[in-house]
Amino acid sequence: MIAEAGLAALWLAAGLAAYQFVLMLIALRTEVDVVRPMRAVSVVQGALTLVAFAMLLIVFAVSDMSVNLVFANSHSAKPFIYKLAGAWGNHEGSMLMWVTILAAAGAFVALFSRRTSERTLIAALGSQAVLALGFYAFLLIASNPFARLFPAPPDGQGLNPLLQDPGLAFHPPTLYLGYVGLSVAFSLAVGALLTGEVDSRLARAMRPWVLAAWVLLTLGITAGSYWAYYELGWGGYWFWDPVENASLMPWLAATALLHSLNVLAARGALKAWTMMLAVIAFSMSMVGTFLVRSGILTSVHAFAIDPERGTFLLALLAIYVGAAFTLFAIRGASLKEGAPFELVSRETGLVINNLLLSVILGIVFLGTLYPLFVEAISGEKLSVGAPYFNSVAGPLALLLAMLVGIGPLLSWRRERRPILRQLKIPALLGASALVMTIFLAPRIGILPRLGLTVAAFLAAASILPLAGRNPLRAPLSTWGMVVAHFGIAVALVGMAANSAFSSERLAVVRLGEILTVGPWSVQLEDVTPTAGKNYTALEAELRATRGDAAITLHPQTHYYSDPPAETNESSIRTFWNGQLYTVLGRSDPSGGWQLRLWWKPFVTLIWAGGALIALGGALALLGRLIRPRRRRREPDWRERYI
Amino acid sequence: MKPKNQRLVLVSAAMLAVLVAVLLAMWGLRDRVSYFYTPADIAAGKARSGEAMRLGGMVEKGSIRHEPDGVTIRFLVTDGKATTPVVFRGIPPELFREGSGAVAEGRLQSGTFVADTILAKHDERYMPPELGNLTAEHKAGKTLQK
Repeated sequence: MIAEAGLAALWLAAGLAAYQFVLMLIALRTEVDVVRPMRAVSVVQGALTLVAFAMLLIVFAVSDMSVNLVFANSHSAKPFIYKLAGAWGNHEGSMLMWVTILAAAGAFVALFSRRTSERTLIAALGSQAVLALGFYAFLLIASNPFARLFPAPPDGQGLNPLLQDPGLAFHPPTLYLGYVGLSVAFSLAVGALLTGEVDSRLARAMRPWVLAAWVLLTLGITAGSYWAYYELGWGGYWFWDPVENASLMPWLAATALLHSLNVLAARGALKAWTMMLAVIAFSMSMVGTFLVRSGILTSVHAFAIDPERGTFLLALLAIYVGAAFTLFAIRGASLKEGAPFELVSRETGLVINNLLLSVILGIVFLGTLYPLFVEAISGEKLSVGAPYFNSVAGPLALLLAMLVGIGPLLSWRRERRPILRQLKIPALLGASALVMTIFLAPRIGILPRLGLTVAAFLAAASILPLAGRNPLRAPLSTWGMVVAHFGIAVALVGMAANSAFSSERLAVVRLGEILTVGPWSVQLEDVTPTAGKNYTALEAELRATRGDAAITLHPQTHYYSDPPAETNESSIRTFWNGQLYTVLGRSDPSGGWQLRLWWKPFVTLIWAGGALIALGGALALLGRLIRPRRRRREPDWRERYI
Repeated sequence: MKPKNQRLVLVSAAMLAVLVAVLLAMWGLRDRVSYFYTPADIAAGKARSGEAMRLGGMVEKGSIRHEPDGVTIRFLVTDGKATTPVVFRGIPPELFREGSGAVAEGRLQSGTFVADTILAKHDERYMPPELGNLTAEHKAGKTLQK
């Protein structure tokens, strides 16, 4: 019954979404006021998807094996939390989660958005409903999560043990919230293009959504990167895997959008450009979903191959992106350009930021899709990996990181002050970092060397917007910007140090033997069998010493029986200046054990930087949500906005 | 700047950005991609020595040999038509087994494929599309041989 209730809720929600589309057409064609039914239906539609998703959680929680999805992805012996996570750890469940977030976001807009005009709101809610409608159709026709199985099998087929991990259980929801949060920006842009009301009011309505989605995407990417780092046991944090790129592309577009929205909100300029980015950002989310969910990639993440679903998703993608671009082509040209600005101004800085981000996005996009095009056209199979992305996008990213230090110092409209003088100290720091790396580490690569240089410059320059004023009086959004920009410098140090100074050892050692890596001597003391709730394991005891410091690490190899699989569980110890990373491999016929060790100086700064960037976004979001209330009291909207 | 000119400059800048991205990507993709080959391709001389590439096929039964250093393995990859010897130094992935599919990344050096990374099937059900076709062909080939 529960599964049928979920299915019924989905059908009802789909019907309401279609009704919303009709309401939108009425509102755009006639003078009939539909804002109240529109808001109400949006809310009910969102609530229905939440009901459907709750039903899916329930059938997973009680391990109802008569539901095909539960049978295929769960097992009654699994820990409870992974039973729940199993609900979205598969194709159908994750698509249901996708559409649930989409519809819930629409409901949220309907309930709380007071910043746009009613006409734009109606058009935006209609657009959101049309988006949801396509994905309802996809679920109901091609990916029914509630399909029954008769007769019900006694127990399920388990979940891939690689996926039994808290990181992975909560990683997809975070990313999906980010992906789908961008749908609101898309719908608001489509709505505003339909009504012609592209102005700073719209930008201020859109900005909290983009900020929230961007924060979640940043967190999702950072957490996913750390997960891949400790779980896969390869010691790397970013593999340029198409699935990783699928999350990076919306992030790049959202980053650009975030910055151009500030221009639109503060100065009313860059109207068409900003609408374009809002469309592109969510399009990238859909491209990402298509790449991950259609299974057309050769990738460690893509789980299954099902061409029918792939075609359906591709059709949805083509229709939505095509329609949005057509609308943009028709309406974009008639938008009036906003306030003019001079060559040296904050607007120009943000335009350059946008152009660089767009070029990087284009490079990642083309590199990710190129293998698919080539295979479709010539049948030749090839892959594009780190050598391409690092050498083509890397230098541009460094250039961008350097300009991040300068841009925020510029004033709106035109810059008359000699701002380069403020940059003396940062420039000095950057130069000394460069000189130091040349003398102390003459053999490191060019990108890590420049990375450390730019990071030193940016770390100092990013704080300058707070200099010369009372930092406690600075608006929260300024703090957010400073923290996020500083986070870029922190992450950059981590990446450069990891790539320049990591050391690695791989060898077979017998009990009692010692292996050295970086400053550490690691002794294999013992290997003992142990067991967890649904696996057996071998656990090594490693004693690592550096100078006087001695620590013990316990890397494990897990053996699962249902389905049969084994995983290497790395053991990692973090110090202020780096991480010691250990992996236990297989036993050797001669009686030794494979050990893989890494010493990775300052590698944790990569994720600390990511967390700072997200924190900056969260501060800015908080500032944006609190600020409007204050503005009503003192309506001086011409003051410095960022 | 007049609003009209300003828009013209912005539109040209955007166009330029797209153009730069495409040109950079084309330049980068010219020599930084790695092609996927099967043992049959390599036997036919399609792959150049020293070029970064991927090799895919089934790990031949009974072919895995361990070197004395304990961390280097040698094995044969086959697609039913030809075999290529592979050498790999490292800890192979969990699902790397004889008789199952694998993709190796690396280079060809005097007839032997020196692998930097080995990707195996991610779980019991997943198989890289490249390998999916291969297994079908392989099975077809076997049936024909019988």
